[in-house]
Amino acid sequence: MSLPLLSIKDLWVRFGRFDAVKGVSFDLRGGETMALVGESGSGKSVTALSILKLLPYPQASHPQGEIHFKGENLLEKADENLRKIRGNEISFIFQEPMTSLNPLHTVEKQIGEVLTLHRNFKKSQIREKVIELLELVGFTDAFDRLESYPHQLSGGQRQRVMIAMALATEPSLLIADEPTTALDVTTQAQILDLLKVLQKKLKMALLLITHDLSIVKKMAKNVVIMQKGECVEAGLTENVFENPQHPYTQQLLNSEPRGIPEELDPEASLILEAKNLSVKFARKSALFSPKTYFEAVKDVSFQVRQGETLGIVGESGSGKTTLAFALLRLQESSGEILLQGNPIHRLKNKELRELRHKIQVVFQDPFGSLSPRMTIAEIIGEGLKIHHPQLTFEQREELIVESLKDVSLDPETRNRYPHEFSGGQRQRVAIARALILKPQILILDEPTSALDRAIQVEVLEILRDLQEKHHLAYIFISHDLKVIRAISHHVLVMRHGSIVEFGPTQVVYEKPQHPYTKVLFKAAFDL
Amino acid sequence: MIVEVKLSPLTLKRWQYFYANRRAFWSLWIFLTLFIFSLFAEFIANDKPLVIAYDKNIYLPIFKFYPEQTFGGDFETEADYKDHYIQEKIEAKGWMIWPPIRYRYDTVNYDLPSPAPSKPTYENLLGTDDQGRDVLARLIYGFRISVLFGIILTLISSIIGVIVGGIQGYFGGTVDLVCQRVIEIWSGLPVLYLLIIMGSLVEPNFWWLLGLMLLFSWMSLVSLVRAEFLRARNFDYVKAAKALGGSTFHIMFRHILPNAMVATLTYLPFILNGAITTLTSLDFLGFGLPPGSPSLGEMLAQGKNNLHAPWLGMTAFFSVACMLALLVLIGEGVRDAFDPRKVKF
Repeated sequence: MSLPLLSIKDLWVRFGRFDAVKGVSFDLRGGETMALVGESGSGKSVTALSILKLLPYPQASHPQGEIHFKGENLLEKADENLRKIRGNEISFIFQEPMTSLNPLHTVEKQIGEVLTLHRNFKKSQIREKVIELLELVGFTDAFDRLESYPHQLSGGQRQRVMIAMALATEPSLLIADEPTTALDVTTQAQILDLLKVLQKKLKMALLLITHDLSIVKKMAKNVVIMQKGECVEAGLTENVFENPQHPYTQQLLNSEPRGIPEELDPEASLILEAKNLSVKFARKSALFSPKTYFEAVKDVSFQVRQGETLGIVGESGSGKTTLAFALLRLQESSGEILLQGNPIHRLKNKELRELRHKIQVVFQDPFGSLSPRMTIAEIIGEGLKIHHPQLTFEQREELIVESLKDVSLDPETRNRYPHEFSGGQRQRVAIARALILKPQILILDEPTSALDRAIQVEVLEILRDLQEKHHLAYIFISHDLKVIRAISHHVLVMRHGSIVEFGPTQVVYEKPQHPYTKVLFKAAFDL
Repeated sequence: MIVEVKLSPLTLKRWQYFYANRRAFWSLWIFLTLFIFSLFAEFIANDKPLVIAYDKNIYLPIFKFYPEQTFGGDFETEADYKDHYIQEKIEAKGWMIWPPIRYRYDTVNYDLPSPAPSKPTYENLLGTDDQGRDVLARLIYGFRISVLFGIILTLISSIIGVIVGGIQGYFGGTVDLVCQRVIEIWSGLPVLYLLIIMGSLVEPNFWWLLGLMLLFSWMSLVSLVRAEFLRARNFDYVKAAKALGGSTFHIMFRHILPNAMVATLTYLPFILNGAITTLTSLDFLGFGLPPGSPSLGEMLAQGKNNLHAPWLGMTAFFSVACMLALLVLIGEGVRDAFDPRKVKF
């Protein structure tokens, strides 16, 4: 057996008094793929960053451990020696393609910089090599792309440019930190395929950091599972997936959203109806020239019954969120919106305010949707103060306690502030705030996307229980097809603002009709 | 019932951060002490005794008018307590307690060892000005009027600024556009000339000057608060409040204003500083408070006109410099305590 390319032994990373990584060890051989899996805060990114000493020293320190790369201990190397390895022998791809490219430089300049730094390329040679690299990462119009700026590229294209930059020096190890998390499903699949092909072609090792188990299954030979800074399980991917030993791994593997929603009562009354709903945004135009419009939502119609969940799927930019805001009348729109037969699209602000308690919303980001200056009780009780000002303090407290119990939170914690709660708990607070007004319909805009898998499942369970208990109607917006299948009765697929497919969930999932739906579903489930 | 003052954890953390900044913390205490003392200037520096016991009666001349006849004098006018004749009359049948400094800001000391402005003596610790008035007494009253003017101006202009900025930021669009243009034009007016012209038409007093300055000083906070409101109106929790059915006022007041208050509070000490400086410079030029009123600017002007009496210029310079320095140090501490990069959840 040859020496491993990268070998980490008992690595510790400490920030101040907090240990982010506690004794992680693993070996990675040349040409192989290893996945580092864990939830947010498990220390997987910190581990990867410490390989190249990219952490904010001196706040961060390594009380113990060794990182051997080609037989040399990187932790003992001086900075100028490390620079020869960074981007040269070990390359890094970051999660956010938006911020990891310099917005003021062209594609050619960004990739060219790596070549001049590490390979001493002459100016004349650079262009040729950049074109070659761009073709390698799948640009068919490589020559035309040289002069492009990052904002002219899509997310997937940007990530390809990042990969081209990382590969420019033909590294022997590529570290990819959540390379596809910020991308749409269809693009995700393409990028992962590309990485796989390139890895074989260039015979490099790949250290893949991800929280998504389906990616691990598809890509990695070995897997290391981390929890709270510790390595809880490691081994061949097949073995770990088939026969997980550690309870945390088992929990992680069992946390796929599953189950189907309760059977729908065919007699259920109509709650919300949208007819030919459109939303237009005015584009910035020159003075005196006619205004042009961008249609974010085009001619959308649907119905939601009591106790029903309507899932809305689509990639980013498909108009899902805009549609939700239009339904809430937080966004100007044309067309009709009927709430229990009541034409709310015609109502003035004041009349609308009185009906608002019937239609409530939960947002994606559990950190942004709760005011940091109010206690949980104040946040939840706010709606009561607005709609039922006659309630006494005691009556209000009682209702708040009840709604906290509804979402399985300890009512004793109601006088705390949001920052003392985890993401999943905050999302439950947001649900409690919406439910305390006894709405008829709840609009959930990506309510689980910012949460870890295991917590996603919990939130979904709570939502399902609440639906059954209160006969709620949901409009559930998500890009995650597995989540949608687990909760919705009907599903509506959106693309570029219009509906491409609409039908009962099982029918759509089993026999998608539209070509776009077929591509979308294939990408999501083949991963 | 015990009223429990409940600070939100963030406020508590900010206070702790401010407290840990010893320079700012001590500056705050020194400034507050000086200010509170100066609020009771009448009891510290006055030409009337605090208490008089005369003929088994107690008299409080600071609060009440007593004719000279009360104490056995000849006239119906108010007793001149600095007059030896009256003093002897009172001492004969009782006693009196004087404040530590026996001069008001406008009391002229006719009993000077040298022509006014006269040097510091035990009687006039910081000397007298060119009209024979005690400099220390004038300093205490002048400090009070400067700080009060600054605080009132800062508070009212902040309130107006926050309201205008909030409306602009929250509603945006045409409202914002129109307000911005109005402010641009308004801020282009030459304030100093206006004050000088107005000063020649009316005799300016404290409130008149305050109103005139207010016309222009409310703009300093507008852009800041506007930006905060523009940013915060798209926050998820603001949208959630809208979806809950909260009224516009409720949303602006309860959800967005606390954000804007951070920026506002950070700026307050500096605005206060600016207000004090403006009043001082107007007084220095002679367009400020009416002649005779105690003011630091007027003292500076006297110092400039009487270079042979350095105690005038020195006193005025050091007191203005110390006051502004204290406020800047406090402001610095407040700014750091509200800095989201330094004080986190």
